[in-house]
Amino acid sequence: MNRKVLEIEKSFIAGKEMPELRPGYTVRVHTKVKEGDKERIQVFEGVIIALKHDGIRTSFTVRKVSYGVGVEKVFPLYSPVIDKIEVVSKGKVRRAKLYYLRNLRGKAARIREIR
Amino acid sequence: MKGILGKKLGMTQYFNEAGEIVPVTVVEVTPNYVVQKKVKEKEGYNALQLGFQEKKITRVNKPMLGHYKKAGEKAFYFLKEVKFDNVDQFQIGQQINVSDVFQEGEFIDVTAFSKGKGFQGVMKRHNFKGGRATHGSMFHRAPGSAGSSTFPSRVWKGKRYPGHMGNEKVTVQNLKIEKIFADRNIVLIKGAIPGANNSLVIIKNAIKKSA
Repeated sequence: MNRKVLEIEKSFIAGKEMPELRPGYTVRVHTKVKEGDKERIQVFEGVIIALKHDGIRTSFTVRKVSYGVGVEKVFPLYSPVIDKIEVVSKGKVRRAKLYYLRNLRGKAARIREIR
Repeated sequence: MKGILGKKLGMTQYFNEAGEIVPVTVVEVTPNYVVQKKVKEKEGYNALQLGFQEKKITRVNKPMLGHYKKAGEKAFYFLKEVKFDNVDQFQIGQQINVSDVFQEGEFIDVTAFSKGKGFQGVMKRHNFKGGRATHGSMFHRAPGSAGSSTFPSRVWKGKRYPGHMGNEKVTVQNLKIEKIFADRNIVLIKGAIPGANNSLVIIKNAIKKSA
């Protein structure tokens, strides 16, 4: 990509403090949800199974199992809709994309914590 | 009527106040210079000849040198005429920046030469359907029948055929200026514009829509 385009992208990102995210981390993502003219915060907690680094398009995928159903959400990291991201725990994993978790259930789908 | 010359750098996106992703084209508009003024009394219409992207004066041939000398000591890679209503406000040799002509939120038309596609068949060039790929079909991407028989005994003028595609002047209307970075000579235009990266684009005010 053109160097000047990258600079523009950087200027949009500049000044935004983001916690360090890695695959395997369990996070709590607070997003602003608009309902009519009211705004409230919605929380989504789960494991980061993928990070996509691409300037302002950087995004991460969070997976959780809700009532026995796997739910995945892709969040754009620099979106103003994201209020804050809390890191709940740091898991130790050996690959960058944890898509294998989709095929695992229950105990097998646990991730060991870093100590 | 007003306009300015720029260079397409590429596309990116950003988040607006509502938190929506806006796709934008980044256009670099380094200062333009007025090289010649055309006025109603003399030429019959009002326009400015703008110079864009300076080049060394030693690279200019003698006839063009005379033309450039009338406006100052600068020579340019691109010279384009753009219609202006208020030519009186501009002097020959004057420097024009984006922010002098356009504001954020304004609607514009963008003209540029589209990417050349070379010699293309009728499916890509005219969106013909083509034939079936399998099941013994022996008709795939061919143009098919060119017309009827006894009448008119010839092929109608304008019949769509394979041929050269792209590399033609294209104007996209009613685009919005999302942002202007005056210090960096950069304009962000919502949506896509014609042409390859690093090619010349002409930004004009929208003739069908106003802010």
